[in-house]
This record gives sequence, C-alpha cells and structure tokens, in this order.
Amino acid sequence: MAEPYTASEMMVVTAARALRNDDVCFVGIGAPSEACNLARLTHAPDITLIYESGTIGAKPEVLPLSIGDGDLCRTALTTVSVPETFQYWLQGGRISVGFLGAAQLDRFGNINTTVIGDYARPKVRLPGGGGAPEIATFCGEIYVIVPHDRRRMVDRVDFITSLGHGRDGQERHRLGLQTKGPTLVITDLCVMRPNPTTNELEVVSIHPGVTVDRVREATGWEVTFRPDLDTTPPPTTAELEVLRDLKARTEAAHRGGG
Amino acid sequence: MEFLSLKEAIAEYVEDGDVVAMEGFTHLIPFAAGHEVIRQGKRNLTLVRMTPDLIYDQLIGAGCARKLVFSWGGNPGVGSLHRFRDAVENGWPAPLEIEEHSHAAMAAAYAAGASGLPCAVFRGYAGTDLVDHNPNIRTVECPFTGETLSAVPALKPDVTVIHAQKADRRGNVLIEGIVGVQKEAVLAARKAVVTVEEVVDDLAPSSPNSVVLPAWTIDAVVEAPGGAWPSYAYGYYDRDNSFYLEWDEISRDRERFSAWMADHVFSHG
Repeated sequence: MAEPYTASEMMVVTAARALRNDDVCFVGIGAPSEACNLARLTHAPDITLIYESGTIGAKPEVLPLSIGDGDLCRTALTTVSVPETFQYWLQGGRISVGFLGAAQLDRFGNINTTVIGDYARPKVRLPGGGGAPEIATFCGEIYVIVPHDRRRMVDRVDFITSLGHGRDGQERHRLGLQTKGPTLVITDLCVMRPNPTTNELEVVSIHPGVTVDRVREATGWEVTFRPDLDTTPPPTTAELEVLRDLKARTEAAHRGGG
Repeated sequence: MEFLSLKEAIAEYVEDGDVVAMEGFTHLIPFAAGHEVIRQGKRNLTLVRMTPDLIYDQLIGAGCARKLVFSWGGNPGVGSLHRFRDAVENGWPAPLEIEEHSHAAMAAAYAAGASGLPCAVFRGYAGTDLVDHNPNIRTVECPFTGETLSAVPALKPDVTVIHAQKADRRGNVLIEGIVGVQKEAVLAARKAVVTVEEVVDDLAPSSPNSVVLPAWTIDAVVEAPGGAWPSYAYGYYDRDNSFYLEWDEISRDRERFSAWMADHVFSHG
C-alpha cells in the first residue's frame, strides 16, 4: 500500500521527475530548489544545478535558504562572478531548463513576482524579478512550480515580471525568441502544459484524489482539461524517503543555530 | 589607501546625498559598515544593491535612504523585506523612490561602470512590464547586425563599500567564495571602502586567479571581524539562517524594529 503524502510532496516529486540526468538547470530558491535536489538525489545524479550566485554544479547537503548559502559554493564544480553567470552562462544559451516559482501565474504562463495592484501605488510590493526575467527568455525551456489557488492562478497577471507566452499567447513568436518558455506547470493539484496552438495552459494530469471540479474552482480562468486526461502517478516510498530526509536535514541546519 | 577605524572610514568616505553601493551577493554583506552608516545618521542616500537584503531593510527603516536601485527586494528563502515594503507601500519612515532592474541588467551595469563605459548593452527584459516603468531601460541598435538590444546606464557609485576575508598590510584585498559583483562595484566607484575579517602578513591566495583587489583601487581598509554577520564570510563563519528567519518577525512591526535597532545598532560602535 502506498504511503500517505502531502499535496506539497506530490507537487515536488512530480516536478523532480520532469528533470533529466543531462539537464543543466538554473534553480530558483524554495520549491524549485527542493525539486531539483530531489531529482539529483534520485534519478538524475549527474544533473548540473546552477544557482544565480554563480555556483555551477552545486550539490548541497541541505537545501539552501538563500541562493548564496556557503554549502552551494563548497560543493560546486566552480563558482563564477554574477556578471559572468548572467552573461556567459545564461545569456550565452548554455542552460537547458529554468525552474521558477511564481506569486501569480496566468493562463499564458506569464509570471508576476513584482506587485499586486498598480506598480506606482502597489497593494502588495513583492520582491521583484531578480534573475527570472532573463531566465525566462534564455533557458531552453521553463518549468514553473506553484501552489494552486485562485489568488495565484489568475486569468491575467497584474504585472509581467517574467515573460511566459505573453498577453495573447503569441508574444515569444513576435519577439523572435528561440527558446520555448513555460512548457510545464506543476501545482499541488495537477500538471499543466500549454496548448500547442494557443499556448493557453491546459490540464494534462490530475493528482490522485483531486477532482476536476476542485481544479476548476482553484483556477482563475475557464480551464481546459485535455481529452486524454491522466492521473499523475503518486510518489514512491523511495522518493518520499529521500525528500523527507533532505527536508529534515535542512530544518535542523537552518534552525540549529537559533 | 589608508587603514582606518570603521567610524573614521564611514565619516570620511560616505557623505549625505551620496550614491552608495554596499555589495555582496548573499555572501560577505558589509553589515558592520551599514550599521555605522546608520549610527552616523547619514541621510538622502541613493542606495544601490542587487539584493537589498536585511542590510538595506535596516538602512531604509532607519531613514537613511532617499532612493533605492535594486533588482530583487526579498528576504532570501523567507519572504518580504518588511521595512522596504513599508517604505514603498506606506512611505514610512519616508517615501522611497525606486529604480528597479533585473539581476542581468545590474550585473552588466556594474561591469560597464568598471569598464568606464556610459552604458551596458545586453539582451534583456524581453516582454516584461518593467520597461514601461523604468525610463532607464532603453534599447540600442547593433551597428553590425541591426538587432535591437537592451541598454541601461552604467552604475558609477560615489562610494562602494564591501566586506572581504583578508587584507595584507599594504591593503591588498582577497575575496573568496561567492564573489558576486564586488570587484565590479569597487572598480566602478569613485571611492571604495573595504572591511575585512582580518589583516594578515600574506594573503596566500589559493590560486593565481583568485579575486584580489590591489590596494591602489581602494581608499580605506577597516579590520572588522564578524562584519558580515548575519550573512557570512566563507572560511570564517556560516550564514546565520536562523537570524534571517527571525528578522521576518523583528522587522514586521515598526516598534519592534526600532527597539531592535536601538539595542543592536545604536548602542554599539
């Protein structure tokens, strides 16, 4: 019998499975970093993880709290300056997957991490773009990991911090971008991919125990379900063990000094 | 280059109204120097930093800043910078003008400043809304291919302040680990102050390619052990992640923030 697991574990495990052993991955902090390191510790031991602090090939023992924790540098193949990271490695087109989170994500995969409300007089001032605006256009493709609720999954983001497929789904083509943009969205309810023609995000699989109605209610637009809708395979005991062990080590390390 | 106390260095090299860059990408953030700027009551500063982090949250909350130039304003892995948010959302303790960029843009802008160029040219901001809100994000046409490229003005701080592991007795400085944009930020600035963990006889760089800033690129070196806490100094002490978590609570409330500053910043030095 399968072990019980949380919705968040389901999300991270599903995200980890999307990564390949030969990927070179630009890693955002938080859930993306969890998924990338879970992949590294399970089916993708040779994956190259790059954090924007310039640590290339990092193999952290515990999940970093920041993108620049010492463990990343200590375990990296090499550590380069921040200008070099963005100029040679990202803009130079050497990264296959960018893994991002989002405060808001819209039907065309555009990401907002800047403001809720008006830019000049924001209701909520969020941290901003950081590396993400260029990660979104220079990595071969983008995976987004985001908890699924109406506040986050919106029809139209208040602000495009990082380009998905644009306001009408066709912006990347107009801008002549050679990269694919968001090809995969993993939430705690389902997995989504852009429609091959319109680039609108559609549900391709639903996590075990989640209903179509629940996904519909949690999504800020009239969401489409693919006709061949699948059930996402649940986490295996081995995946859960590695993830929980990693998170326990991390918790002990970050609170330990306190 | 002169060796000074922290008090002397900040008094001499940071003036009201200056454009100040205190760099260090998560690592080697010059907190001790930031606290001295707060204690000396510097005002109307334009603060430049890719990631404002807790150091600028404190400077903003203490009323030192008029303007912030930045590219990611969060508490890494934790959430918001509450003093930064309070200034932007509610104008407390004073309104804060912002000039917002992406990391790629700021990194390129520091490199342009260090290179003596007027602007940085790169590929960036494609399809983003920030271009409509920051008039300093512009485009240029490549004279060779006709491509449209992004341009931002070079960053040329009046003064850059960084923290490093070591200086030797002549004032040459060694930076190891995550080196961020410190070299570029120092070379881009009119004046540079470096605080270090220790002053040693021999830098003993681990490789001929180590990041070393020659003494003649620096105005003042200050010995300030522990000066990067709660960030860290690779090879000396780790990042105090538990304090970054705690800051979320301390900074959320104006009174609790002010009390913390009184106890930990104003009563020291």
